[in-house]
Amino acid sequence: MVHCFLIHTICPINVLGAGESRVLYSRVFGPDENTLDGDLGPEERRLLQKEKLLVVARQVRSAVALSREASGQVVVETVPGEEGVALMEADSGVLRLRAGDPFSGERSALWLGIQSLGFTLVCEPHENLLLAEGTLRNLARHCLEHLHMLASGSEVLLKSDRIDVLLSRLLPHGQLLFLNHRFVQSLEKEVTAYMAK
Amino acid sequence: MYSHGSESLIKQAREIQEPELQKFYSRIAKLLQGREYGHETIDSLQRLYLILSATKYTRMLPSELQKRLLSLLLSSSVEQLQVLCSAVLRETLPPSGQELNFNQDTSSLLSSHAAVLLLSQTGSRGDLSCLSAQLLRSLEGRPSEGPAHSLTHTLPIINTILTHSPECLTEDHVTLLSKKLVDWLRYASIQQGGGASSGGFFTGPRSRQPGPIAELDGTVSGDFFTVLCVGQGFTEDQWMNVYSFSMLRHWLLTYNSTSGGHTTGDTASRLQLSLSLSHSHSHSYDDRSEVDGSVVSMVSATSSSSRLLPPKERLREKAFQYCQRLIEQSDRKAQKRTDTELQKACLVEAVCILDSVCVEDASLVYRAFPCVKALYGRLSSDLSFARVLLPIAQFYLNHGEMAAVDCECVWKLVFGRFPAELFNDHFLAHELLQFLRQNLGNLQLRVPQYISSFPNLLKFLAWDSPAVVDDFVDLLPSLVTAGTAVELLHSLLDLPCLSATLVLQLRSMYFPISEPGGRGLLSLEAFRSPSYRGLFLFLLRGEAGSGDTIARLNKLHELLAEAVDWARVVQCAQTVPVLLHVYFNTVITVADEKLLAQLILVLLERSSLLFNIPKYIKEIHRVFSCHLLRLCKLRPSLVVDQSHELLEFAGTTANVFSKEDVFTHVVWVLGEYLSVSSDSRCSVELITSCFESLEAVLFEVTSSAPPPGEAHAAPRVITSLMSALAKLASRSHDLIPRVSLFLSKLRTVTRGGSVPWCSNEEDIAAVVTRGEELWSLLKVPSVAQIVLTPPPHVTTPQWHRDTNAAMPLQLRALTSLTQSH
Repeated sequence: MVHCFLIHTICPINVLGAGESRVLYSRVFGPDENTLDGDLGPEERRLLQKEKLLVVARQVRSAVALSREASGQVVVETVPGEEGVALMEADSGVLRLRAGDPFSGERSALWLGIQSLGFTLVCEPHENLLLAEGTLRNLARHCLEHLHMLASGSEVLLKSDRIDVLLSRLLPHGQLLFLNHRFVQSLEKEVTAYMAK
Repeated sequence: MYSHGSESLIKQAREIQEPELQKFYSRIAKLLQGREYGHETIDSLQRLYLILSATKYTRMLPSELQKRLLSLLLSSSVEQLQVLCSAVLRETLPPSGQELNFNQDTSSLLSSHAAVLLLSQTGSRGDLSCLSAQLLRSLEGRPSEGPAHSLTHTLPIINTILTHSPECLTEDHVTLLSKKLVDWLRYASIQQGGGASSGGFFTGPRSRQPGPIAELDGTVSGDFFTVLCVGQGFTEDQWMNVYSFSMLRHWLLTYNSTSGGHTTGDTASRLQLSLSLSHSHSHSYDDRSEVDGSVVSMVSATSSSSRLLPPKERLREKAFQYCQRLIEQSDRKAQKRTDTELQKACLVEAVCILDSVCVEDASLVYRAFPCVKALYGRLSSDLSFARVLLPIAQFYLNHGEMAAVDCECVWKLVFGRFPAELFNDHFLAHELLQFLRQNLGNLQLRVPQYISSFPNLLKFLAWDSPAVVDDFVDLLPSLVTAGTAVELLHSLLDLPCLSATLVLQLRSMYFPISEPGGRGLLSLEAFRSPSYRGLFLFLLRGEAGSGDTIARLNKLHELLAEAVDWARVVQCAQTVPVLLHVYFNTVITVADEKLLAQLILVLLERSSLLFNIPKYIKEIHRVFSCHLLRLCKLRPSLVVDQSHELLEFAGTTANVFSKEDVFTHVVWVLGEYLSVSSDSRCSVELITSCFESLEAVLFEVTSSAPPPGEAHAAPRVITSLMSALAKLASRSHDLIPRVSLFLSKLRTVTRGGSVPWCSNEEDIAAVVTRGEELWSLLKVPSVAQIVLTPPPHVTTPQWHRDTNAAMPLQLRALTSLTQSH
């Protein structure tokens, strides 16, 4: 099961400190892990969850920065219409999140860095990472296309329902799916129909 | 991509004032009262979502608005509204006292988006149990007509519930679902679904006769439906096949409690099955699992006997067959690249499921192994399948012994080729290291290649330190053994060099011809030149045992000089101190005196033989000092044992300036432990010769300015030299006059004001104060002896044994016990 999906910044932002990340979209699947065991109030639970996601975003941000620094890669801005190129040049990796840091159990954070934004999937350690990788790339591609993320608009903030629908088809309730191209086509048709509205 | 506009939107959303917010709420409430929902409503809902989600502090909605949104979520048929209502409600909380109450009647029509909300706000395990009961009821009593869209999200929800609290499903539920899963996995329709124009969810006859499903390479499929089968459209049970397989592994792992009570009949039939691996061509699709096909084939014959199995075991059997089919299907050449990737993922999943099924039921190993072995043979020479070979290695590790199969070749691959050739594959590194971490006990016991291949494993660390250092902190202790300790220490210290070498290796591969004026020219040239080949080949070695380190280490450092500012090398250098700490903490538990002595020598030797990355040398010296101290504290006799080398080090004045930290600690250690109480072999001559060496250095340092290019010696060095001399003198009293003389001379000289060896007045004052303390202490030699060389019972107090000290402690303990009632 995927625990959560995040879209966040991986570039320096003026108003934030160095190494901080702004979470643009976050979606946690399933019941809050704090719910079933702890005795926090619902507001505190929500706060805790948001903070944990922020921790993950920050860790991914530094992982991306280090990875880019080590490879000496120069981030090239692409223009809308070049989503395929942007995806091909994206760097990707996986980060181990120890038990307690920040989730109670061990997790793996799979990330895809496309210029100044990162797409992160937090999975259970025994997850099929090959499948998760493919799913993440697919999700990122759709987000780039349907939300025009290569442009400087803010659709990722104002049209987040599109991401919700995308996730409900390709990653329903956090379930990774073994979809061959025909199944994917079928789901993508539904998604495109939704986006067209 | 991330613009100023987005940043200001978030800021606005966070800083919206309460009155404005309330106005917004009432506007939305008004908009939602109408029947038609236009662009403005949607827009407002989206903005509402942004306002609620942009801040981590919860905002509460007015309860009327909340109720309206909830009823819209449950009753609306417009998906966009459902999505938005679900999203908004997820970001806020129901008014206190009012929990989300989903009507029993509506449960069968619970949309995916409503379920999302329910799951995210579930308050307790009881709620989850209710939800799972409802879902399973809907699965059971579902009519076969009508849009079956709502059914497909049932399995993901159940999987979510499983993840968080498996006990929510009762035994009956598990049985029911096992039966359903068997149906979907093994007996899904093998005709193509409805036309491509619709989503393909309609079953039933169409005007155009649908054809059979096909494999990924285009040929007509000859066996049951799996995720690797394609068609123009898909029937509902084919969709359920996909969803079932997607959660199968997790399901099997969760309910892996061995039910026990296999009848001998079952075991016998399973042994029969081990002879047959062919697939059947089952032609009857109307029949469900209870009445299996009449076609004569090995598999149908076996499935008729599997009809007798209880549901869980039956599911296991079907899962087994499914995985075997997937493995066979993955050999076909898919027409699309994404399908090729899917085949790889399916292979990984199939082998993992086979592994867990065999763990559950050991008799299946004999059936599974030929299949897995054949797969291994197919893939082992192709490095692009490396990630698939890891689950296969896990399978071999778990079941190889039982099946009496030779696993040598697998380990050669995993510990040999993978690290050596694929060190730069992030994902493989992560998965391989995870594999090592999870099977550490087993590997240490049964796979000797694990430890001896540490030079190869370190390549992952050298290449991508920040990503894998965490894994190595966990793995390093297992690699530290008496046999590998020294070589491992050298390898850790040379990790940045390895990092640079790997960069050169890759560069050399990608640019086989030297480009004039290119970056890294000199080191690349050196890497390629045959006269230095040996140096680099040693670093790139795959196995331990061929020597601890190379003789021409400083030559290597010279050749790699331009690599000191490469980002990768610098990142690697930053992780070495951490790992050294882990190393030393572990090595003291496995090393005997002889090995510890060797390690001290390595410390001394390598402190001057380190790759010259800024701050790296200083950091390593600090680690060395810390652990030198610990080692000597643990085994004080080491000091006497290695006194010759330690003295050589301490007697070299240049070390005061170039290796200040280590020097200080060596001096301290000599002063503290070079005594008869630490080791009876310590003679008066030894003490005297040590004294003389240290004295000479102290004279030199305090009589002239530091050599050109060096900073002043820190006062700590000087005071530790003085203390060491005093300690040694206290053990051999005829040395006392010499020390006293020096100390009083020092006092005289510094009264004059400035001295060439120290520029700071406070520092001079500190040195002089210490000198005076020691001088006065040495005036009474017997006291000096006790203070400076305390007998063991003072340094290792066991106060509870001492009659004088014990009584107050006992009383105190008793008092606190009685008072705590």
